[in-house]
Amino acid sequence: MARDPGSAEPSASRPETDVPDSTGCNQPLADSSLVACPHCDLLQRVPDIAPGASARCPRCDKELWRRREDSLNRTLALSLAALFLFVLANTVPMLGLTAVGHAASTTVVGGARQLWQDGQEIVAVLVLFAAVVSPGLQIGLMLTVVVAARREQPSAWVGALLRHLPFARNWSMIEVMLIGVLVALTKIADYARVIPGVALFALFALVFLLAAMQSSFDPREVWNRVKWADARAGPPAPGQPATEVAA
Amino acid sequence: MTGMQHGLQSCDTCGLLSRPAPGEDEGRCPRCDEELVFRKPASLERTLAYLIAAAVCYVPANVLPVMTTITASGRESDTIMQGVVLLWSPTGWPLSLIVLFASIMIPSAKIVALLYLLLTVRRGSIENNRQRIRLYRIVEIIGRWSMVDVFVDTFTVALIQLQPLMSVEPAPGLFFFAAVVVLTMLAVESFDPRLIWDSASSKAVQPEVQYA
Repeated sequence: MARDPGSAEPSASRPETDVPDSTGCNQPLADSSLVACPHCDLLQRVPDIAPGASARCPRCDKELWRRREDSLNRTLALSLAALFLFVLANTVPMLGLTAVGHAASTTVVGGARQLWQDGQEIVAVLVLFAAVVSPGLQIGLMLTVVVAARREQPSAWVGALLRHLPFARNWSMIEVMLIGVLVALTKIADYARVIPGVALFALFALVFLLAAMQSSFDPREVWNRVKWADARAGPPAPGQPATEVAA
Repeated sequence: MTGMQHGLQSCDTCGLLSRPAPGEDEGRCPRCDEELVFRKPASLERTLAYLIAAAVCYVPANVLPVMTTITASGRESDTIMQGVVLLWSPTGWPLSLIVLFASIMIPSAKIVALLYLLLTVRRGSIENNRQRIRLYRIVEIIGRWSMVDVFVDTFTVALIQLQPLMSVEPAPGLFFFAAVVVLTMLAVESFDPRLIWDSASSKAVQPEVQYA
């Protein structure tokens, strides 16, 4: 472990927080534009930037904030479309196959089920998780958050849901699966005639929709207005009326 | 100056900067309730543990077959590398290359890259910080693509069920391969990129780059 000198030392500069904290919640700073870069911990002020512009860390070049135009409305539209395609992609066959009088077809879940039946239970769960559960979670969380965040001050549970969005996004691997399906198709084409199903096209469109949905979403906008988990600490810092951000 | 040098914790989830209770190293984010620390606890040790586990699984993942094809004339098992070779054809070579990169090169490159980062952090290196953080980001983005082969095998198995003519079953190597992918993803997640900068932050009283 790197022990940074003067790191976790209780510094002398904390006079104002000497109240014993029963909730274990940290004390927020008065200045909400002050941040530490998530990749290098450099303290800096995030400037107020124009929609579409981004602020980057001067030291490590990490993007700190990209302000999105009309984030909530666009994300809502994209996530509704994504939900529709996601349901479609998981209800109709993805691939069909005919060979010497035999016909077979499979869905995404069907692929995982076959693995399970063949004794690869753990891999089956992983496939189901990366191809169905996580994307579903990603879309569901996003949809709930953007709908609930339309209120002037979203409840604290909106923050609790938003917290888990990065996890769902990290493990949602529809684009990887699609390449995998393409490779499998090429392999199988040697033995049999393969018929791409409706779900395959739905998944193809879903890859782009998910990317667009993620990039139109501006989490900072929601975090700035959401009701805090620690009820004693105030939500939006003074001088930042919630209505202004929402407009 | 860094957040840690000021005794401030930054929330990974919502980005809020806050101050833990006096004398405390751990707290919770007042805005999103996430548990906060200055640096991910035992980051180097946990990353190393995941990497060792991944390296151990990497061997059976590549040596054992991932798929078994059963036809009237017998059983035939393929490893990942054999799958790549089988896929190589005048039309299939781009996909063959993708699988080669995703399944064989990315997992090993990931392990090597993270080991390099671990080693330089432990030695307290202050050089090539920008290149090292870029390496971390590349590893972070590219890692998921090694799942490709798991999906290839899944859908090959699911489709080719033409008993008694021909059927395909998953083979033991698939489990180890999936384990490599998951373990390296967990290794990336447990590595704290801020450690790359900590030596430089503590040596230079003033950061070498000016504030924007």
